[in-house]
Amino acid sequence: MATTRIVVPATAKKGQIIEIKTLVQHPMITGHGRDNVGKPIPRDIINAFVVTYGGEKVFRADLFPGVAANPFFAFSTIATVTGEIVFTWTDDQGVETVEKRQLTVI
Amino acid sequence: MRWSVIFSAAVLVLCVVSARGQTTRPEPPRPGREFQSAETRRLEADEAANPGLLWLEQGKSLWSKPEGTAAKSCAGCHGGDVAGAMQGVATRYPAVDPASGRLLNIEGRINQCRTERQGAPKLPYEHASLLALTTLVTHASRGLPRAIRIDGPARPFFDLGHRFYVERQGQLNVACAQCHDAIVGKRLRGDTISQGQTDGWPAYRLEWQSLGSLQRRLRACSLGVRAEILDFDAPEYLALELYLAWRGGELPLSAPGVRR
Repeated sequence: MATTRIVVPATAKKGQIIEIKTLVQHPMITGHGRDNVGKPIPRDIINAFVVTYGGEKVFRADLFPGVAANPFFAFSTIATVTGEIVFTWTDDQGVETVEKRQLTVI
Repeated sequence: MRWSVIFSAAVLVLCVVSARGQTTRPEPPRPGREFQSAETRRLEADEAANPGLLWLEQGKSLWSKPEGTAAKSCAGCHGGDVAGAMQGVATRYPAVDPASGRLLNIEGRINQCRTERQGAPKLPYEHASLLALTTLVTHASRGLPRAIRIDGPARPFFDLGHRFYVERQGQLNVACAQCHDAIVGKRLRGDTISQGQTDGWPAYRLEWQSLGSLQRRLRACSLGVRAEILDFDAPEYLALELYLAWRGGELPLSAPGVRR
């Protein structure tokens, strides 16, 4: 589990556009580097980021070695129902970082 | 006779004044962020996007984690409210530890807590946990000006730091002061020469793709002037940290900063 920072409103009006910002701690090792004895350093990046809201996928990104360390994403969605927003980052080692936030629609 | 006494006294006063007068601080002190590009400044100011804050989050979770043979957490002694308990602490460091007479920076103080109170091994510089705890403690003093002591036992360290700052060094044969005092604001290749203030450290440096300690930055300075890169925790770097902290004057702490 990586360290994350997520900004999402706790409440929103129905139909309101909400902005969500996420930050995840990851070195995003490209796989092109070598260590001090010339051995290649294997690639280790977050390759997928998926967000679901009330069980429905609202955002998905595929990441590639050109993405800088500690990837930041900002996107918007429309508040429809009270429900859970689930953020999932998956890296090359198969480690899944999952964070959940509750959004109350009033 | 009387005039010569007055004259020699005046000369003596002048000598003392000029010797002390070299330790001046820039007026006004300008924070490190002022010399960054608009984009980098925006990144630092955005609480959602500043990547240095990831280390703050990590620090918060380490705060209550038991460590070492004593199985004690930071919160076990200092309490769960980091922001309250640690407020203002970072403004006083580097400081001389009265028991050992050593000069300690925040990293050194955290490691002292680990070895003496928690029974845990020292963390090396740039270890993720040490960076996280340093960021956490420094962040608790965000917005507060430094309160550095340079008198008494700290004086020799301060003088060493000052000397290191003004003496020419390295293959380029330049002193820190020749850039960071004399030509502040001018361009050095793609960069604007800053005052060399340490208010935003530990900082996230885009070049490193990571948060790093002030000592890591100082080692990069040594590399820049092609001087010997000293070890982490070298007496010169510790003393320089003290001198730079004093030199920052009223600048409020603003870690974690974002730098180029």
